Amino acid sequence: MTYKSRLDGRKDNDLRPMEAKVGVIPNAEGSAWFKIGNTWAIAGVYGPREIFPRFLANPKKGVLRCYYTMMPFSGSGERIRPGTSRRAQEIAMVMKESLAPLVDLSAFPNSVVDVFVELPQTDAGTRCAAISAAAMALAHAGIPMKDMVSAVAVGRVDDRLVADLDYREEHIGEFNPDSHGAPVADTPIAMLHATKQLTLLQMDGELSKEMLLKLLKLGEEATEKVYQVQVKALKENYSSE
Amino acid sequence: MAFLIILRHHHQRIKSDKESLPADKKRNMSNISNVVVQERAVVVPGEILAEGMDYLPGDNTYRLGDKIHAKILGLVSVAGRVLKITPLAGPYLPQIEDKIIGKVTDITMSGWRVDTATAYSAMLNVKDATTRFIKKEEDLSKIFAIGDYLIVKIINVTSQNLIDLTLREPGLRKISEGRIIKVNAQKVPRIIGRKASMITLLREKTGCEITVGQNGLVWLNGTPEGELLAEKAIKLIEEKSHLEGLTERVEQFLGGQKLPERKTVSAAPEDA
Repeated sequence: MTYKSRLDGRKDNDLRPMEAKVGVIPNAEGSAWFKIGNTWAIAGVYGPREIFPRFLANPKKGVLRCYYTMMPFSGSGERIRPGTSRRAQEIAMVMKESLAPLVDLSAFPNSVVDVFVELPQTDAGTRCAAISAAAMALAHAGIPMKDMVSAVAVGRVDDRLVADLDYREEHIGEFNPDSHGAPVADTPIAMLHATKQLTLLQMDGELSKEMLLKLLKLGEEATEKVYQVQVKALKENYSSE
Repeated sequence: MAFLIILRHHHQRIKSDKESLPADKKRNMSNISNVVVQERAVVVPGEILAEGMDYLPGDNTYRLGDKIHAKILGLVSVAGRVLKITPLAGPYLPQIEDKIIGKVTDITMSGWRVDTATAYSAMLNVKDATTRFIKKEEDLSKIFAIGDYLIVKIINVTSQNLIDLTLREPGLRKISEGRIIKVNAQKVPRIIGRKASMITLLREKTGCEITVGQNGLVWLNGTPEGELLAEKAIKLIEEKSHLEGLTERVEQFLGGQKLPERKTVSAAPEDA
């Protein structure tokens, strides 16, 4: 059984409806939220500030630190225990890896910039939404950055290559008995806008080389759509009236 | 090639562009330089500001290939052939000769440690704090206690952003009354205004004594009403300073009101 049309009726290269806003946390130096479908990430940036514990300090440049948290009531309704988990730590790590290449903290030795991302509601694609929100919040905080990064998941459901999988597509077997056993691969990517360099590329599932190359093409197109939303939100914050 | 020609027609070329380009007929098409954003436009990091090698990257921009990109969120300004960006937000970078407001956080053998509202704390040495001779066993907390706010000047900054301060200059002192507010450090020049015009306006209309630290801490001292009004006006400047006509906006906000200075506070209720 092949995956004939997407569960929510989108075209293969369509993303879920996106919305973004900056300046949502008054106390933070920079902040933003980014919504894509039912996934909602709120990012707050604090710093550069004194780093604790001290042994993390780097005398050559500032340190970027990321935190990822799903709120207890987010997700499917199963309570998510507060505090960190193996999964949250891993996602915080990939967030840091995808943001660190673009921020320039050389002017702030021995300091830290903290990026906190909270997800009040999740429906797959959280690490991508978190990265997109964090990039906006960092820009809003006035941190020197060589580029913007935009993230979105692309993947395959059976032999169909699609952009921005939601939770039901990722778990197609559970929701569509016809497609039982259909292979699903989910590939979150984060791409810089100016240079089209990838700062995040993960893969969950199986892909052939040809499929991966096609997916990266699709991903480039998809991250561009995310970028447009990010830029619009950043500029709107400073539009007259 | 066609692409460049289209850009040439589509984007309004700025005056200085024409002036700086020699009217050289031999210039081949691939050398055409163009500023692709407008003066005072808001740009995001990574955004292309100019194409071609005729422009130079200034503050907060960088060159990649034949293009100049933005390195921070801010407003574009073009000065001759140099493109630069005025940040809309961002951390304060300590600089020598800057007057800042700091808070005493610790007392050491030789002076005071001062929080500068940045990632870096500063040292105020005894010799830079007072002209008086301080005996070895003297209690430094009698001079400045932990929690005191000081108006100080930066006399030295190292590459690692270690900061030395002084109080031995006119206008520098301990703050003992009024209130401190924190603003975006990038907006400090807007609050002071060209030749201190904005801060003079604020002082006149609110009757407050106002000192703006380059680190974004502002000290207000006047009547309670005056301080509140000044705080609101400063918040307005912080929010709207990237828009045109800031002075008019602030004047309109402060309106015809002229609050009295603190000493004449007893006469105020009748006027209002």
